[in-house]
Amino acid sequence: MRISITVNGDPVVRPVDPSDTLLSVLRGQLHLIGTKWGCLTGDCGACTVIVDGRSVVSCLQTVGQIDGAEITTIEGIAGRGRMMNDLQEAFVTHGAAQCGFCTPGMVVAAEQLLRDGVEPDGAAIREGLAGNLCRCTGYSKIIDAVLSVALARME
Amino acid sequence: MRSDYAVVGKRIPKLDAPDKVTGRTTYADDLKMSGLLAGAIKRSPYPHARILSVDASAAEAVPGVYAVVHAGNVTQRPFGYGHDNIPLKDRVVRCVGDEVAAVAAVDAATAQSALDLISVEYELLPAVDDPFEALQPGAPRIHDELDIEGNVSMEWNFQTGDLAEAERRSAVIVSGSYSSPQAAPAPIETHVVIAGFDADGHLEVISPVHMVFMYRKELADCLGLDWRRVTVRQPPVGGSFGGKIDIDAHDFIAVMLARAAGRPVKLAMSREEEFTGTRTRQPIHFRLRTGAAADGTLQFRHAEVVSDNGAYNAWGSHALLVAMNTVTSMYRVGTSRLAAKVVYTNKNYGGSVRGFGNPQATFAVEQQMEELADALGMDPMDLRLKNANRPGDVTPQGLEITSCGLSECLETVRRKSGWDQRRGRMRSQHRGLGAAAYVHVGGGARIYGSDGCGAMIKIDDSGRVALISGSSELGQGSETALAMIVAETLGVPLEAVSVSHDDTDVKPWDVGVHASRTTFVAGNAARMAAAKARDELLEAAAEVLDRPARSLTIRDGVISVPGEPTATLRYEKAVRRRLLREGSSIIMTSAFYDPPTQRQDENHIGNISASYGFGAHVAEVEVDPDTGMVRVLGLWAAHDVGRAINPMSCEGQIEGGAVMGVGLALSEELPVEDGRFPAPNLHDYGMPTAMDAPPIDVTLIETADELGPFGAKGIGEGGIILPPAAIANAVADAVGVRPRSYPIRPWRLRRWIETGERSHVDKHPHPVPDENAR
Repeated sequence: MRISITVNGDPVVRPVDPSDTLLSVLRGQLHLIGTKWGCLTGDCGACTVIVDGRSVVSCLQTVGQIDGAEITTIEGIAGRGRMMNDLQEAFVTHGAAQCGFCTPGMVVAAEQLLRDGVEPDGAAIREGLAGNLCRCTGYSKIIDAVLSVALARME
Repeated sequence: MRSDYAVVGKRIPKLDAPDKVTGRTTYADDLKMSGLLAGAIKRSPYPHARILSVDASAAEAVPGVYAVVHAGNVTQRPFGYGHDNIPLKDRVVRCVGDEVAAVAAVDAATAQSALDLISVEYELLPAVDDPFEALQPGAPRIHDELDIEGNVSMEWNFQTGDLAEAERRSAVIVSGSYSSPQAAPAPIETHVVIAGFDADGHLEVISPVHMVFMYRKELADCLGLDWRRVTVRQPPVGGSFGGKIDIDAHDFIAVMLARAAGRPVKLAMSREEEFTGTRTRQPIHFRLRTGAAADGTLQFRHAEVVSDNGAYNAWGSHALLVAMNTVTSMYRVGTSRLAAKVVYTNKNYGGSVRGFGNPQATFAVEQQMEELADALGMDPMDLRLKNANRPGDVTPQGLEITSCGLSECLETVRRKSGWDQRRGRMRSQHRGLGAAAYVHVGGGARIYGSDGCGAMIKIDDSGRVALISGSSELGQGSETALAMIVAETLGVPLEAVSVSHDDTDVKPWDVGVHASRTTFVAGNAARMAAAKARDELLEAAAEVLDRPARSLTIRDGVISVPGEPTATLRYEKAVRRRLLREGSSIIMTSAFYDPPTQRQDENHIGNISASYGFGAHVAEVEVDPDTGMVRVLGLWAAHDVGRAINPMSCEGQIEGGAVMGVGLALSEELPVEDGRFPAPNLHDYGMPTAMDAPPIDVTLIETADELGPFGAKGIGEGGIILPPAAIANAVADAVGVRPRSYPIRPWRLRRWIETGERSHVDKHPHPVPDENAR
């Protein structure tokens, strides 16, 4: 089939096998390699992207089901012409990235959590990010970073 | 202690963080090469079997397949400690996941379908997955080609002092058995290796391994390559935790495939292969006794240990080296004895996972400290402080304790956790506090002929300062710490410094990243090279300013003469004045630092590290006595880091390690059923999520180590060592039963609560004359 989707604001029309995963299309066809994979079973969250305003593990999302969708990957989180948004800057200044392999998925999941209006509260943010594994940081600095942005965006 | 540093001691974001948070960092699987093929490995489904035949003809005929390799069509030599392993198994498979054949094809799907067409005929052999059964007479022999008895791969024995006499001096002796599970480092990035030969036969390997020079040698030795014609490049690493130290069979296989195919090959481990085919943390079983006099003075520690090695010897076979240090040298214990057997079993084998034997040993040693204290009617913190290691101590194994903040660490977590007010007083709410403390190498670890690391510095005409270090960055922040050390030593702004460390053709030799050694050893090498560069800078400036070099200082890139505000020169100008003239030169320096340490002798005596790290944790838990569920409510952590080069990174190491330790304590394990892991995936493995991770209160204790760069000591492993012991002690405080093994999963704790697992205390084991109970 042919799908027509929007990725980071760009129109993308591609012939695909409907059972291809969004992850394989992003990484293999569109060379958007900022999205990582750690398991291909939806357990680690490293491949998280935003599909029509929802966090999705792209390793389990088949493209046949998302024709017409609007997709945001780590490459599109900051918006055009900007290197980083406030959340990415907070990840840097709080020391929330170590090896960085979970980080794109974590940033994307946290951005969607913030857009969904998560309570500016550590427990709520921990719950909201429970689908994204990080092996390096112990999560403390990630939670601090997201919390700081949740508070700042309320102002 | 000096605190007027320009850079050292500041909370500096990691230099690589902007690329990481924007998805720009390219890891091994993100790399492409012209003509790159996809590889796949056929693995044994059986824990122990004889290979009768391998028929690859159908696979070879699949269009798009470039190479099929198996033991029958490659040249390979054994590898591993004692050469007990071979990349493609030739005769026998000894664990599920053992590599039997491999394919390289145009894409992964083709490789996988060809793999399915390889037919391997096996004759099943009896298998053993329990090390105690493997020790029994008549147990299946796992390595019948080796001249060993009872599947014992190696033994570690140490004794000092008169044990019988120490027992006589003891007013209380506690004894017990303590076990740990098979666990996994489980980085989010699986192992990915790319190998390719250039047209001239030079091999390039791209691998996240972090002992790159040993890796290169082992590749060459096994495959019969000229190792001068092997280059190893290390892309950014998506986490290791020790899992990417060892060379694995797949590393050799990638090269074999590339050689056979005549094209570069990528082997990317699936998550299942990461669990079954790369290295794990070995279970270690301790039978431990500790004795103390009536006043709490430790008299002896006696350990009988069985380490469940798995099928082959990787670095994990040496985890006893660290476990032994803990048994003999944690607190002033004096008389100590350890007898350990490293036993082969038909399971995936152990590597050198973060903490390297220390979490397992500390789980035993530190539970007995609290069991002893309770038996003596002493506060466990008082018992620890009474016996704490102090600067100037030399332990029975010859560890020379120099800087040592153990007591301060203990006092800090005691105060911050409200220990004196709360321990032993929350049982009605099923809450408890437990503590633990550690000693761990903090100034390198001499496990090889050299424990050294090289560093080179060049300053170019723009003023860019390039450090080329032998060490590797795994995400832990060493690159940033090294850049800070160079900036501080040279007196230039941090943004002028870059760090390169990814290419064996370019970088100077280093043992590798392990044993919490990078900041200490690579940091000292960088500091030495930077000090030489500083001397050259000042000499260049001396010519311009017409003042003696020794009278000049440099800070923030400005070279000046104290007391003469107008006599200044930017350091870049000094560089250019040297360069842009006849008879020019550039500033380019190098250094190699090998710590002043000893390899331990055949009796395991020797000062293996140039300094030792210490730390203490208190954990607070709440237990649901009906379900056995343990929740960690808080963790207080104080670590003697010598000097925090970058406090934010030190905290990151401690917090991340501590949560890995919470995972070990409560949830992480790879149980074996019928010789295999039934659930090798991240859903079942039990890695903590953000919801499982407790809040962690970190205190950095700075003792300014005499030999460390700016006083720094290693901290990479400290965080993970203590949670299993501290949480077990907290559970004992909360519900009065003593966890004998971890992970403390709900059904186990519920069973212990039902059976009433208690401490085994022998009070007044001998009639003790008062004068001996000092």
